[in-house]
Amino acid sequence: MAQTIQTIKQRKGILGALAAVAVAIGLYWSLAVAPPDAYQGDVQRIMYLHLPSILTAYLSYFLVFVGSAMYLWKRERRDDLLAHAAAELGVLFTALTIIEGSIWGKPTWGVWWTWDARLTLTAILLLIYTGYLMLRSLIDDENRAASAAAILGIIGFLDIPLIHMSVYWWRTLHQPPSILRPDKAPWENVHPAMLTALVISFVGFLLIYFYLLSLRYRVGEMRQEIKTLRLERGV
Amino acid sequence: MELLTQSYLLLQKDLRLELRRRDSLLTMFFFGTLLLFVFHFSFDVAADKMAEMAPALLWLAFLFTGTLGLAQLFQSERENHCLDALLLSPLDRGALFLAKSGFNLLLMILVELVVMPLFWILFNLSSWNLLPQLFLVTLLGTVGFCVLGTIMSAITLRARARELLLPLVLFPLMIPVLLATIRCMETVLKTGTFNDAAPWLRLLFGFDVIFLTLGVLIFDWVIES
Repeated sequence: MAQTIQTIKQRKGILGALAAVAVAIGLYWSLAVAPPDAYQGDVQRIMYLHLPSILTAYLSYFLVFVGSAMYLWKRERRDDLLAHAAAELGVLFTALTIIEGSIWGKPTWGVWWTWDARLTLTAILLLIYTGYLMLRSLIDDENRAASAAAILGIIGFLDIPLIHMSVYWWRTLHQPPSILRPDKAPWENVHPAMLTALVISFVGFLLIYFYLLSLRYRVGEMRQEIKTLRLERGV
Repeated sequence: MELLTQSYLLLQKDLRLELRRRDSLLTMFFFGTLLLFVFHFSFDVAADKMAEMAPALLWLAFLFTGTLGLAQLFQSERENHCLDALLLSPLDRGALFLAKSGFNLLLMILVELVVMPLFWILFNLSSWNLLPQLFLVTLLGTVGFCVLGTIMSAITLRARARELLLPLVLFPLMIPVLLATIRCMETVLKTGTFNDAAPWLRLLFGFDVIFLTLGVLIFDWVIES
């Protein structure tokens, strides 16, 4: 973990450049190369952003969980910094997902928002991790804030399957998944150009994500350094 | 066994304090009843409509009164550094967790035992015979609320504006309990049996077991924060 973080930190610039290139290619592929959807037309193209954003958000929440558990176990500041950075980005990407979904939902479903299971789950994730960030900001003592946040990071993640189950039993109206279907392999029911666009776009999102994560992580480190310097100089 | 003995002693201490001061219990009673009046003015509808909304409204009341109790849960420990003293004693932190959630559970049960019949009286509901079943479901939900709530109350202990923060972190996590309890009670009210409510009951039971176990295991880290 620490090794990966170190490598990513040193190659930040390359990561950013790669992310920009991948996103550009992904956009070109999504907008120009992939054919429009047979039923939905061009509106469907937002899927090339929608799906990568939510997958990235899930990855982020998983990282919050890993960072939190590692922090409670080893008490190393860097794990807490990772969890904090990942939580912020998770909230960002979840919010993006909801906004993209709304833009797609209005022309397709006729409404900006509906209380369908997956939408509800996504909104709840946004609430949980916004609460996580609020908790952090409202505890002054750093070590206490880190421990409290780590507990919430673990419990929030473990709660997701339960929330998932409950809202699914409650109602389901969302598009059945068209890419990850249990009965057919992805390449059988989706136009290959669509799948390529999606994959490139997802790679682009992952690169942006890790670029932002390394920047956010560095900000956390620098805050730490400033605090140490202030203490040393007695400011 | 040691764990249970310690929890029992701690619970006794909290109960004794509460019986002498009655801070939490009285405010929770009053607040729960007050909410019923607020509901009446907010939803001025016929009795049969009110019966349909009964589970949701009751649980809103329990959610708010329960949060009131949770916010006060560690108050006696905050005064005079009692928490530090407790933590210095050779005490299993899991016992502290069990005692605190048990205490809040007792308070909430007492409130629920009054507020539920009162709801039936005030809104002229006829389904009195279903009250025991409904109470059973409520009990399962309340256990989940208290165990997760105790953890959340403990991690917000040293936060600024902690009374405001507690519901913000607690409510999103409580959605499975809220959904399961309310849907389950609705099913029981509609059909008179538990038959169609089995998945919800399983979910509630699972939630209770998961967070009860987790609480006992991780309270060590929770409370030192």
